[in-house]
Amino acid sequence: MSNTAQRPDAGAPQSAHCRYVLRLADTSLILAQRLGEWVGHAPAIEEDLGLANISLDLLGQARMLLAYAGELERRGRSEDDLAYLREESEYFNVTLVEQPNGDFGQTIVRQFLVDAWLHELHEHLQQSKDARLAEIAARSLKETRYHLRFSAGWMIRLGDGTAASHGRVQAALERLWPFTNELFASDEVDREMAGAGIGPAPAALQAAWSARVAAVLAEATIVMPQAASFPWFGRQGRHSEHLGYVLAEMQSLHRAHPGASW
Amino acid sequence: MYTQGLDSLGKDCLRDEAQVGGALERRFQAHIDAEDKIEPKDWMPDAYRRTLVRQISQHAHSEIVGMLPEGNWITRAPSLLRKAILIAKVQDEGGHGAYLYSATETLGVSRDELVGQLLEGKAKYSSIFNYPTPTWADVGAIGWLVDGAAIMNQIPLCRCSYGPYARAMVRICKEESFHQRQGYDIMLRLSRGTPAQKDMAQQALNRWWWPSLMMFGPPDADSKHGVQSMRWKIKRFTNDELRQKFVDFTVPQAEFLGIRVPDPQLSWDPAAGHYRHGPIDWNEFEQVLKGNGPCNRERLEARRRAHEEGRWVRDAAVAWAAKRAGSAAPRAALTLLRRNHERRYA
Repeated sequence: MSNTAQRPDAGAPQSAHCRYVLRLADTSLILAQRLGEWVGHAPAIEEDLGLANISLDLLGQARMLLAYAGELERRGRSEDDLAYLREESEYFNVTLVEQPNGDFGQTIVRQFLVDAWLHELHEHLQQSKDARLAEIAARSLKETRYHLRFSAGWMIRLGDGTAASHGRVQAALERLWPFTNELFASDEVDREMAGAGIGPAPAALQAAWSARVAAVLAEATIVMPQAASFPWFGRQGRHSEHLGYVLAEMQSLHRAHPGASW
Repeated sequence: MYTQGLDSLGKDCLRDEAQVGGALERRFQAHIDAEDKIEPKDWMPDAYRRTLVRQISQHAHSEIVGMLPEGNWITRAPSLLRKAILIAKVQDEGGHGAYLYSATETLGVSRDELVGQLLEGKAKYSSIFNYPTPTWADVGAIGWLVDGAAIMNQIPLCRCSYGPYARAMVRICKEESFHQRQGYDIMLRLSRGTPAQKDMAQQALNRWWWPSLMMFGPPDADSKHGVQSMRWKIKRFTNDELRQKFVDFTVPQAEFLGIRVPDPQLSWDPAAGHYRHGPIDWNEFEQVLKGNGPCNRERLEARRRAHEEGRWVRDAAVAWAAKRAGSAAPRAALTLLRRNHERRYA
């Protein structure tokens, strides 16, 4: 919409602070987008409403974060400019959230792994020296608690339900586990943010996350996979093959009408 | 709770219905005439019960199937705000469905049974949802016209003689009125936008105008259920009355948008104070009703696929609930729990 949107390279390079907020924003946005694919197609009405609700919460978080990132960037880009006019390599979500929905079990496993992580992250971010981020995190945490209750509840029901559901959830967990490495890996952006007291060091979240995941998996009678070797780099703009399709779909109408207002 | 209620319908039902049927029916009609609400435990004629189950379940199915044409645009909504509003709206429709299925349960029919009828193609839902949404403007047109028509139909239902349905409709109408406004807001933005956006809005009005008029059902002369439903105060206005109200309400809104209602015969009748519309193609309506509309197959397939692909999830929920109940739990409690979960997840 704005003029600067047509020349995304204008201005100074993004600061670590801006980059950090974009990582959070993109993670929420892409997961919201994925969950939005479920609406109208879930296993029961209640689950349809539940997934739509989580999608809506995450979208709300993404909008607050994108608006803030736009301010930090100082290029005049709005939340929509950032959502609809960035390329794949300019998206900084964790690779886990762009993974396809698969069946309901795979969606739940992805959601649970992310919810457990966001729970710890928002707990820490509430204490951020960045007051704006702390406020967004405090609001998000309330929502994340509900999301975690939903996804952990389904992990347990499906894991300890029938042989078939157990098998599906175990397989989904094996498939998605490699993407969890990235949640706790640090790079320069993280180190700078941790140093400034803006965000926690990613590794600081791991113990609590692992404990929670282990407890739920135990109740779900699901075996925790071996530590994965490949470290993904979605947070640095290096994605799996899936994000391109997510963005192509999400951005198609907006990009077809440059400058239009909706 | 409702099953208990229905199991004990009161002394009236224990007597020979043939002897007292006439008296009961007179008393029932007297309640209706006095504008009292009929509640689940009250005696009611079988035909009244069947009419309500048919109408409320069709309404519930329409909400659930109606999630599909608009859901089609969630992933492509052109702004994040529009995306959020659309998710919330489609979620509302799902909530209405759940709410209305609960209302039918107060009449002794389970959600499973009704959903089964829908998936087998035996139950009807609003034909309007068998039309496609090829553009974003269709989302606007659905909100503006389809939800607008639904409100015309549904506001009088807030005063329907059956209590649970009337109360459900109060809440549903509040949300529908918000939906109608958001649809009109989408159309307004498009009609004030680029030439391409304005054209998109016009094309959508062309697609949805006539099907929206058909939503009020066949002309009064051909309406199968009208007279009895009016007597029972399930219906308060006839199909043609409501259709006229909708046209009178909507034509000035189209004029404000600066888009043209696709009816060359549309004219203002100053004597009557009404807009007069051209003839409705009832043949198209019949065809869509029979399953030959543009998306009938697709819509049902989508519902069936969701149901089939979700079966293992519902089975797991039931199995888990049974395990949690534990072997020491009394058998009756276990059965009840299982039934609750089956009801919820089957």
